[in-house]
Amino acid sequence: MKHKWIYALLAIALLVAMVPTAPASAAPAGAAMACAKDYTVNAGDTLSAIAEKEYGSITAYWPIMAATNAKHLTDASYAKIENPDLIEPGWKLCIPSTTDAEAFLKAFPGRDTPTGVAMLFGEGAKGQLIVASWWTNGGEFAGLNEMFKMFKEANPDVEIVNAAIAGGAGTNFKGQLLSQLLGGVAPDTFQLHAGWEADTYDPGVLITNVDDAYARNKLESVFPPTLLSMLKFKDHYWGVPVNIHRSNVLWYNKALFEKAGITAPPTTWDEFFAAADKLKAAGIAPVALGGKDGFELQHTFETILAGSMTAEEYAGLWTGKTSWNSPKVTAALETFKKYLSYANEDHAALTWAAATQLLIDGKAAMNIMGDWANGQFISGNFTDYGWAPVPGTKGTFVALSDSFALPTKAPDPVNANLWLDLAGSKAAQEAFNKQKGSICARTDCDYSSFNAYLQSAAKDWTADSIVPSVTHGAAAKPSWATKGYADAVNLFATSGDVAAAQAALVAAAADAGYPQ
Amino acid sequence: MSTSPQAIGSYTETALPKKRWLSRQNWERIVSILILLPSIIALGIFVYAFIAWTGFISLTAWNSAAPDFTFVGLQNYARIFIGSGTDAIRFRYDIRNEVGFLILFVGGSVIFGFLLATLLDRKIRGESVFRSIFLFPMAISFVVTGVAWRWVLTPGTQETGWVGINLLVTNLGLGGLRSGWFTDPTILFIRPDTALGQFLHSIGLGFIAAPDFGYAVAMSSIVLAAGWQMVGYTMALYLAGIRSIPDELREAARIDGATEWQVYRHVIIPLLRPVTLTVIIILAHIALKIFDLVYSMTGGVSAGFATDVPALNMWKTTFDATKFAQGASIAIILLLMVGVLIIPYLIWQTRSEAS
Repeated sequence: MKHKWIYALLAIALLVAMVPTAPASAAPAGAAMACAKDYTVNAGDTLSAIAEKEYGSITAYWPIMAATNAKHLTDASYAKIENPDLIEPGWKLCIPSTTDAEAFLKAFPGRDTPTGVAMLFGEGAKGQLIVASWWTNGGEFAGLNEMFKMFKEANPDVEIVNAAIAGGAGTNFKGQLLSQLLGGVAPDTFQLHAGWEADTYDPGVLITNVDDAYARNKLESVFPPTLLSMLKFKDHYWGVPVNIHRSNVLWYNKALFEKAGITAPPTTWDEFFAAADKLKAAGIAPVALGGKDGFELQHTFETILAGSMTAEEYAGLWTGKTSWNSPKVTAALETFKKYLSYANEDHAALTWAAATQLLIDGKAAMNIMGDWANGQFISGNFTDYGWAPVPGTKGTFVALSDSFALPTKAPDPVNANLWLDLAGSKAAQEAFNKQKGSICARTDCDYSSFNAYLQSAAKDWTADSIVPSVTHGAAAKPSWATKGYADAVNLFATSGDVAAAQAALVAAAADAGYPQ
Repeated sequence: MSTSPQAIGSYTETALPKKRWLSRQNWERIVSILILLPSIIALGIFVYAFIAWTGFISLTAWNSAAPDFTFVGLQNYARIFIGSGTDAIRFRYDIRNEVGFLILFVGGSVIFGFLLATLLDRKIRGESVFRSIFLFPMAISFVVTGVAWRWVLTPGTQETGWVGINLLVTNLGLGGLRSGWFTDPTILFIRPDTALGQFLHSIGLGFIAAPDFGYAVAMSSIVLAAGWQMVGYTMALYLAGIRSIPDELREAARIDGATEWQVYRHVIIPLLRPVTLTVIIILAHIALKIFDLVYSMTGGVSAGFATDVPALNMWKTTFDATKFAQGASIAIILLLMVGVLIIPYLIWQTRSEAS
């Protein structure tokens, strides 16, 4: 017990000493050090004393421990040091050169981190890593796979279990996960939208905050403040974000626009409906819409809402500052109704991905969907598409962010933390987002190898007003987003009753604690 | 403990209490209770205790992720039954869809199952092959059925191209048979301005002439998929029932001059009444609890909740919206609906066993 305390103090001291320099590295570095000389332990020796003699610092014994353990793996004549406070006379130690030792100390994040453990014992983490998400479609699956590949490279002995459940916006995933978590069965890490969605999992009870991962990887300095404020819920961080998605994008098939004689994407709803009429006249389906899971409708209406008022007013709808009785909401409902009259009649049978596919196949001209559609374009090798903000939303960036959370009952928290470290790293974010069709949560990504859409989105992300998306879990509490608001929109899509829908939206807001 | 010969030998000579303990009959009773005890305890905990727990939750304010056991009475029930909020509208639609589904699915399965059984009973060649073909769908799960039928019944559109069955009928030159299938938001109901509507109004039942008491056309697709899966099962039950009717009874009827129709009408169908009752009970409780088929086939929320059912609403309310108390109230109503159906059957069965 006493040892443990000294030990923890030492580790903290070491951490503090290295705060300005420690980079986030997930690869075990201990194996790389060669022995400058060997040393045989005499009675009365301690690692600290040896470190002082060799490097002039009593706390610099970590590289000796790491190098000896690394040697032990291939040559059993070297000792295995489980505990730096406990060495036996006669043990053979490996003493790395001063340069190697300094390099090691620079990279070493401390004994209490998974990376640190991996570095000290010369062997990677073991066991399983269960990653749960709803990424199963082309681009998103390819992105996730990139991350799996990187994780496997750094930790070859960990078996990755992909526990994904299909269904856009997590429609099937979330309920399934919640019932599992409530039953005490948890994956090691799972996909969580930044923001209010954390509330679904009773933060602090079913999920643990990941403040440590932020501190360890200095994440607060690499994510933009708008994102950090979206991520922070009840004063803690509940997930490490990997990406930013924009939800208010209008996609169009360039060839079909050309065929109908449309030269530029519409920027207002009047222009939009004029273009739709032109397309219709040319025998082309103007709008591809999915609606099977319901979220596609809520998503579309949300972007129309955002376009019918300023970014600030729109964000205010979800914080009680803007009234749902506003005539601007009425106007948005009217626009949505008109939009639906141009959509494919079988939208209730199509998922978002099937609707996007109609655009790729040249069967429909326009589609409002988040920029995960871009991922589907990439994986479908489709390049003849254009994009614009949803009419009326120029200068507004309706944002959502996918993050990875840490369940309280994660079977292997060490592996989970390794995954979180990877998720926050620049290399992983670049590899992941290129495939997924989203931009990095980090501000320091190199976009030169990203496609044209993503480069433009990255630019808008820094210039536009950011508002959180409600359909994708960022803006409002789950019961409001997935029931009150969602059911009102789903009913409206069929009934077309504007007054009733607005009354239902008002009631939903009141229900969520914002009487209008 | 064991029953030794001495113990039995002492039976007549010892006092009553000891006698009872050692009697073979009582010993067997103890053993049977001990053997039954684990399953009784398991049932008690995992069925009845959880019903009670759900009932309790439905009376609390636990409508967010963190448990909150404040007692709120019937507030959660009032929310889905009273008023014009979206929760109430959606639940009314659920009940409407459920009732339509129940009647058509059970009725259709009974009729077609009986017809198939009758045809197979004709001793046709290759009977076992047909029997297997009809029974196979039962071997797969509702989820598979749902996904397959979604593919078959996805309608497509004129501009983007017809899909599935709509493509088939179009290619056969029967374009008029195209349908929106499960995406059709049409509700069939008694219009208040028709003669029937007026009549209902005049006898004070005007409220029935409203969409809430109609039939959602989209449910027909669910009926089709569920029927496809369960009709073979119904057939098997009926076939077993028909085969158990002694040939002498039919012979006797025929000798008495009954036509084939009369044989069925007056001999076979009445004798099959217990089978019919069993079939109806089994199918009806499947219909009431239907979840997986709808979930995988339509998702329920699309087309203005035209295919939503209470079990789906319960799941979404509980686990998507984290309104546990609200979800529990729907669960209890589902339980009551099943109870209304099952309890009379159980009473009838117990009585007929007793007699």
